[in-house]
Amino acid sequence: MDMLANKIKTTQQSVNSAMNPLDALDRPIRLTARDVTVHYGAKQALHGISIDIPDRAVTSFIGPSGCGKSTFLRCINRMNDTIEGAKVGGTIKLDGEDIYDPSLDVVELRARIGMVFQKPNPFPKSIYDNVAYGPKIHGLARSKADLDEIVVSSLRKAGLFEEVKDRLNEPGTGLSGGQQQRLCIARAIAVGPEVILMDEPCSALDPIATAIIEELIDELRENYTIVIVTHSMQQAARVSQKTAFFHLGNLIEEGATEDIFTNPVNKQTQDYIMGRIG
Amino acid sequence: MTDTLSTTRSASQERTKAIRAGLRRRHMSEAIFKGLGLAAIILALGFVALLFVDVVRRGLPAFTQSNLHLAVTYDPEIIDIEPAPVMVPGQSEADFRAANLKWQRDLAMLNWNKVIEASLRAAAPAGFEIESREILSIAETNARHEVRAMFVDDPGLLGQTVEVDLLASANADNWIKGNIDRSLGDAQQQLSAPARQLIDIFVENGTISTGFAWAIFTNVDSRAAPASAGLLGALVGTLYMMLIVIVLAVPIGVASAIYLEEFAPKSRLTDFIEVNINNLAAVPSIVFGLLGAAVFINYLHLPISAPIVGGLVLTLMTLPTIIIATRGALLGVSPALRQAALGMGASKTQMVFHHVLPVTFPSILTATILGVAHALGETAPLLLIGMKAFVAQVPATPFDQATALPVQIYLWQGNENRNFFEPRTAAAIIVLLAVMICLNGIAIYLRSRLEKRA
Repeated sequence: MDMLANKIKTTQQSVNSAMNPLDALDRPIRLTARDVTVHYGAKQALHGISIDIPDRAVTSFIGPSGCGKSTFLRCINRMNDTIEGAKVGGTIKLDGEDIYDPSLDVVELRARIGMVFQKPNPFPKSIYDNVAYGPKIHGLARSKADLDEIVVSSLRKAGLFEEVKDRLNEPGTGLSGGQQQRLCIARAIAVGPEVILMDEPCSALDPIATAIIEELIDELRENYTIVIVTHSMQQAARVSQKTAFFHLGNLIEEGATEDIFTNPVNKQTQDYIMGRIG
Repeated sequence: MTDTLSTTRSASQERTKAIRAGLRRRHMSEAIFKGLGLAAIILALGFVALLFVDVVRRGLPAFTQSNLHLAVTYDPEIIDIEPAPVMVPGQSEADFRAANLKWQRDLAMLNWNKVIEASLRAAAPAGFEIESREILSIAETNARHEVRAMFVDDPGLLGQTVEVDLLASANADNWIKGNIDRSLGDAQQQLSAPARQLIDIFVENGTISTGFAWAIFTNVDSRAAPASAGLLGALVGTLYMMLIVIVLAVPIGVASAIYLEEFAPKSRLTDFIEVNINNLAAVPSIVFGLLGAAVFINYLHLPISAPIVGGLVLTLMTLPTIIIATRGALLGVSPALRQAALGMGASKTQMVFHHVLPVTFPSILTATILGVAHALGETAPLLLIGMKAFVAQVPATPFDQATALPVQIYLWQGNENRNFFEPRTAAAIIVLLAVMICLNGIAIYLRSRLEKRA
């Protein structure tokens, strides 16, 4: 236990040198969730989740498969709306504004809260068009030059530009898995979101591609509020400042990542981190 | 220790034995299944090959036709008629037209068969004995109209001799092609003995030669002159119907499929609609014909036997096919793509039109073309809306009377002039199949091209 915790601590310190992890919790709150429940038909998937998500920091959701962490993530940009029979209760507020308010347009919400999925899912279009799509549909570019600039800067921010600058017109689906996932991140960034949700973004990638994405996430947190769902405790420890542990549709414990991994209060959290459940 | 070891070993040997025993049976059933499958495919291919070979063997002769090359003399003694009226100064327009009409009527009253007979006799060996009726049976009955039409166009031909290509009669054509048993007695022959003999002489001296039967593509149907019967009217009728089906069924079908699959809330009503669309696809086509007759002709008073009604009926018939195929294609789009689009903040409409449709476009296109091709070959509903009428003109608009290719096949197959129309029917089938193969070829080509691009 101590050994694992120490190892995690050193890894995290090396990555998080820019910011003291504990500071994350002092940051202003960007998203507030209160008593969020989700029903899929008769089955209840989430039992009253309440959590605050700090601004410009990485918050990770961990927990065994089927614990509801992805379900909760999908509540934050209302992707659950697209699932037949899903019913969401409780409130989620972005900057104090209820995102489930009927007057709020879900299209606008998803422009403000971008999402990166588990499996890289670039559009079957060119690399350029993949990134340009969001700005185009939201009317964010006034001219072709504007759009070019957004595409290049988004690809740069996603650390992909140097690798693809000579083949922007080739299909995005022709890239490697890790490159595809960075393309999806660039695509999300291009709209200028405030929050980026990542649903196990590295689960389909090899260790090297994973390391590159993790570095990228660490850079992005300077400008974006990031929520990441992950299966890998090491990943949560490496990239996040705040961690929430889910189990069977309940939020068991949340807090600064360092605290969760070194001094978990709850027995279940301890067991999970020790590898006894999962 | 050795005991337990030997028992586990013998137990594992037992297990291996059991697996091996089952293995043989499993391989056997697999081999049987494969064999049956292969046999089924060979049988099916065999029948298709048989069909094609038979149709081509019967149909190919119909693409050639016997032509008569005659020197036609516009003999003033036979064409005993005033010169064509010329407009004289002071004559009113109406008077001139009346005079012209009278001249044409007189012209039509002449016995043009005498002109044909004279030129046939001129081509026959000197002194060949044959009756007028018999020698005229060598040329197709429309020959006199053609010769007359040439004279109407140019009255200056009077007294001159011109080389003219005319069609040999259907009976002569059959005789030359060997479709008629030469050993049959006179009583059973359509052509008299001298006529048969003269035909053989004509073939030898080059008066009759065989050429490509352009008539099939340039002429409309004919009963009085079978050798001049063609498919042009049916081809144009089919073309009109296809255009109507493409213009109506494709947008309506694709749009309803998109609405049902992507936008419609899942409710009892949409379930009911879905079940009914699936049922409609299984409704016998002749029922659609009844529906067309009742709704479009009796209620909406659209013209009977017109491509517009046929096109509408075939549209109704094709719609379920297109809707089902399109929904299937939409359903096959990976959820990841939809999520990607929605996650970017695309609206549902944008998701469908920017991402889902482009991906499914090749399958929708293929399904559509196959649906249209299927409609193209449909006969039964057309019979019920009156398209089996004998129509001897090319429809100028979809509102004119017309036939369609499959109906023309049906009509020719039932024609009493069996010897002539059997090959013609096969030829029409070849044309219909060629159109179908072209459509399917386009579908395959577009599909592979679009899929490569995607």
